[in-house]
Amino acid sequence: MSRRLVVLSAGLSQPSSTRLLADRIADAVSAQVTARGEALEVEVVEVRELAHDLATMMTTGGMPTPALVRARDLVSSADGLVAVTPVFTASYSGLFKMFVDALDPEALGGMPVLVAATAGTERHQLVLDHALRPLFGYLRAVVVPTGVFAATSDFGGEGADALGRRIARAGSELAALMVSESGAVAGFTPGAEDLTSPRRRSGNDLPEEVPDFEMLLGRLGQ
Amino acid sequence: MQFGIFSVGDVTTDPMTGRTPSDGERIDAITAIALKAEEVGLDVFATGQHHNPPFTVSSPTTHLAFIAAQTERLILSTATTLITTTDPVRIAEDYAFLQHVSKGRNDLMMGRGNTGPVYPWFGKDIRQGIPMAIENYHLLRRLWREEVVDWQGKFRTPLQGFTSTPRPLDGTPPFVWHGSIRSTEIAEQAAYYGDGFFHNNIFWNMEHTAQMVRLYRRRFEHYGHGSADQAIVGLGGQVYMAATEAEAKRVFRPYFDNAPVYGHGPSLEQFTSATPLTVGTPEMVIERTLGFADAVGDYQRQLFLVDHAGQPLEMVLEQIEILGRDVVPVLRREFEARRPAHVPSDPPTHRSLVAAGPDAPHHLVAPARRQEVSA
Repeated sequence: MSRRLVVLSAGLSQPSSTRLLADRIADAVSAQVTARGEALEVEVVEVRELAHDLATMMTTGGMPTPALVRARDLVSSADGLVAVTPVFTASYSGLFKMFVDALDPEALGGMPVLVAATAGTERHQLVLDHALRPLFGYLRAVVVPTGVFAATSDFGGEGADALGRRIARAGSELAALMVSESGAVAGFTPGAEDLTSPRRRSGNDLPEEVPDFEMLLGRLGQ
Repeated sequence: MQFGIFSVGDVTTDPMTGRTPSDGERIDAITAIALKAEEVGLDVFATGQHHNPPFTVSSPTTHLAFIAAQTERLILSTATTLITTTDPVRIAEDYAFLQHVSKGRNDLMMGRGNTGPVYPWFGKDIRQGIPMAIENYHLLRRLWREEVVDWQGKFRTPLQGFTSTPRPLDGTPPFVWHGSIRSTEIAEQAAYYGDGFFHNNIFWNMEHTAQMVRLYRRRFEHYGHGSADQAIVGLGGQVYMAATEAEAKRVFRPYFDNAPVYGHGPSLEQFTSATPLTVGTPEMVIERTLGFADAVGDYQRQLFLVDHAGQPLEMVLEQIEILGRDVVPVLRREFEARRPAHVPSDPPTHRSLVAAGPDAPHHLVAPARRQEVSA
């Protein structure tokens, strides 16, 4: 069974070190998934290309543009996500957050996520744990234990080997989650299916389940 | 099919002159807009209800009664009546009163209101918006349909042996629309009672509006009110028209760019392609509006927004002239030509509801019937 990985890259320049890191991580995940006997499709969302769409959505009370509709479908239907942002002012970039804000709150429930960031200096490395993990924790994603932080000096400098090892380890952790199956046997614990395979929503379509009106009325004792 | 205009009642500075009308000037302007709608042969005028600046339209029944006194034919509605922050007892009384003075020329559209701080001013909590809309409207139906009401609920003081007065004109409550942009519960509510569903259709893409209407139609059939394509649907839309598309864009652009809600955001071109906003010639408006029926099915009421974002009264009156002269006659003809015989052309009116008799489902508090085959 082929798995789908979406890579969210929020770099701004062309070429960008953020995209460079994103591609290396995607390659590592791909190698680890195929090593487990499965195929992997990788799709990249360049947040920069959606900058105008995001601004439009924010200023129209939440109306998504066609490009954002596609991106939301892509992300919410993925089997795993790699999220890479440059560090701006001690946190993820504003554009990166705008994209996350444009997702449905149920878009990432139970989704395996690898968080990564780039910065000019290693002094920003705690951004992964202070900013990115809480963000994806709030969205009930499953963030893999190893985050990948790359300062400028990690590209080709002294830290290059260590960066390579971090990428491989994080990629392995994400791959393991992406190919794992739920171990729960259906029917043994009531509602277990809902807990182990959360239903994700893109936010593009109305919910399939219609709230029954007699139930809504009955709840109020009418 | 009914055509008309709906106003949100914003008081906005005209970006061309820098002048802001007073509340009184704006109210007078909205009255003039309604009178013009009747003069050019439109069917409906609808006004919003808001309780915070920049809006000035806090008392729709007062305003609609004033307009009723100066018109003969026009159907007077709201867009919307706030079922959350307005006491349902007052709604029952005010709109029944309006029925009597307008001789049954009114209906109303329920809405929840979307401005958080307004709720606590009326002792309410916006987080309870949907439950309030459900409970308050059910009470409203009872007040209009039962002579003496004993009632207890979560959101207002209980009622014992209460009779709201005046009783509805001819013993027939006004027809009600439920307006919602995104809440599926409200589409479900409209379907349950067999009431109308109105989508304002001005902020979102047509695919989204179509999904909401489709849900309402499916559930309307589910609850036994008729087939899905017979459900009573109303749509909004917003237009600005001139002899050429370039001229329309040139004149409308400063108003668009500074409009409340979407001003200083997307470009006019982006918003025109993403939403039903049409800025161009009357022919373009006709074509776009006819396309709505392709998206949501044959429907019964079309209201246009033409008077917001600080547009001066003369500009708005001219738009209504164009609607009445060049646009609506063509739309009437074309919509009727495509409408299958079993799909109603008009939404229920006071006359048609009275003619349906006291045993018609409209007179039941809960007219929904469970169907064998659930949708």
